[in-house]
Amino acid sequence: MIKFDHVTKTYRTNVGLDDVSVHINKGDFVFLVGPSGAGKSTFIKLILKEINADEGSIIVDGQDVTTLSNREVPELRRKVGTVFQDFRLLHKKTVFENVAFAMEVLHKSKKQIRKQVPQILSLVGITDKAHKYPDELSAGEQQRVAIARAIVNNPTVLIADEPTGNLDPVTAAEIMDLLDQINLRGTTIVMVTHAKDIVDRMKKRVIAIEKGKIVRDKEGAYAFKEEVNILE
Amino acid sequence: MSLASIFSILAMLLILGLFFMIFVNLNLFTEVVKQDYDQIELFMLDETTEAQTQEIMNQIEKRDGVASVSYRTKDEALEMLKERWGESGYLLDSLGKNPLPASVLISVDSIENAQSIAEYAGTLEGIEDVQFYQETVDKLTKVTNFLQIGALIVMGFLVVVSVVVVSNTVKLTVFARSREIRIMKYVGATNWFIRGPFISEGIIIGLLSALISTGLIGLIYSKIVNDMGAQVMAIVSCPLIPVSYMVTNMLIIFIALGVSIGAWGSIISMRKFLDA
Repeated sequence: MIKFDHVTKTYRTNVGLDDVSVHINKGDFVFLVGPSGAGKSTFIKLILKEINADEGSIIVDGQDVTTLSNREVPELRRKVGTVFQDFRLLHKKTVFENVAFAMEVLHKSKKQIRKQVPQILSLVGITDKAHKYPDELSAGEQQRVAIARAIVNNPTVLIADEPTGNLDPVTAAEIMDLLDQINLRGTTIVMVTHAKDIVDRMKKRVIAIEKGKIVRDKEGAYAFKEEVNILE
Repeated sequence: MSLASIFSILAMLLILGLFFMIFVNLNLFTEVVKQDYDQIELFMLDETTEAQTQEIMNQIEKRDGVASVSYRTKDEALEMLKERWGESGYLLDSLGKNPLPASVLISVDSIENAQSIAEYAGTLEGIEDVQFYQETVDKLTKVTNFLQIGALIVMGFLVVVSVVVVSNTVKLTVFARSREIRIMKYVGATNWFIRGPFISEGIIIGLLSALISTGLIGLIYSKIVNDMGAQVMAIVSCPLIPVSYMVTNMLIIFIALGVSIGAWGSIISMRKFLDA
């Protein structure tokens, strides 16, 4: 599903990723952990082709992202849903419109939109908030809208960049349940996080990045005892 | 909808319109002058008989470089003048006696021979005057060419300026909506999908400016034609271009220009933003 093959990305002064090779299978739920500036964001930006790799190849859903032209990038983004820490909702649009917006972009018909948006809103559990504006919602509800928007076009991969970063522990746990549920429907999920408790509780595959290199790739916890110093 | 953009395109089109007005009329004027004076005209004395005139024509036809020789009667001359004066032609009806002379018109093969033919014709009997305007026509053509090139340069410059102004105003809108655009890109919108609304905005701005400016220029021009048309006719014996003709053509040109400036302004202003 996602395959990095000897990928290197260097910024003007520091290293983003250094010869990283990793394979994430279809249907996986993967946590990407590591200290700030370790290369997690670089990893995600490369998948979305927001930036280009200096070396190596990146396969996303069978397609080599590094060879895509700018014209082909929108196609890629349609296969990869994204959720961010700051939700990135449009404040002048209602919940319904925010989700419908993602479908309009793909020229979906009004009929399809009217049918599909309520289904997705019900899946993420905010059916009753459809006609509210983002500012009238709690942080957790806003993140649900963002998730609804990210999955409404049935992406094969969902990238979540610290989706619980702005949420209290209870709400965060609810969001994690929702992501787990989406993962069970077959969507591959790559989640960047600093939330040790969440990672430990979910018992999923954890890829730890530090200074642009993968320092550990195992099922289980955020960090093993002997590694806590490295990662925190 | 940006008022600043409308004003800048409007101002540009208004200046352009004034140039256009002068340009088109000048063109007509040179055409008329060329048509009239691309030949040598011999004005006959009123007492010159038909036989004499025929003799003159025969003489001239023998000369090298003469393409054709034709005769214009006094009545024909008057008729022509009436026609050219158009709406003011009725003024000529009040003349008791036709003051215009009959004339012999000589077309020449090449301009080089015109001078000598004119000089020769001047020596013949029965001729009141020889009119030969080659030099004047040449000078006039030079002047109008110069004015036309100048006008084109100014117009080109104005177009560039307004594209820059429009793209800057659109840029402000783009910044204001940058969040929306970024989200659009995340959910996989193509660049054309994102540009769409901005380009239609640009096109509407261009269209509005074109309509307003054509309207204003139309008003100004009809005022000029009404107030000064007769005088212009009397002074240079060339009519002004009719208002309807001017406005229709200007409308077509301005719409094309306004719309493309609006659209290009938008596309240019978004280029950097969408590549990022």
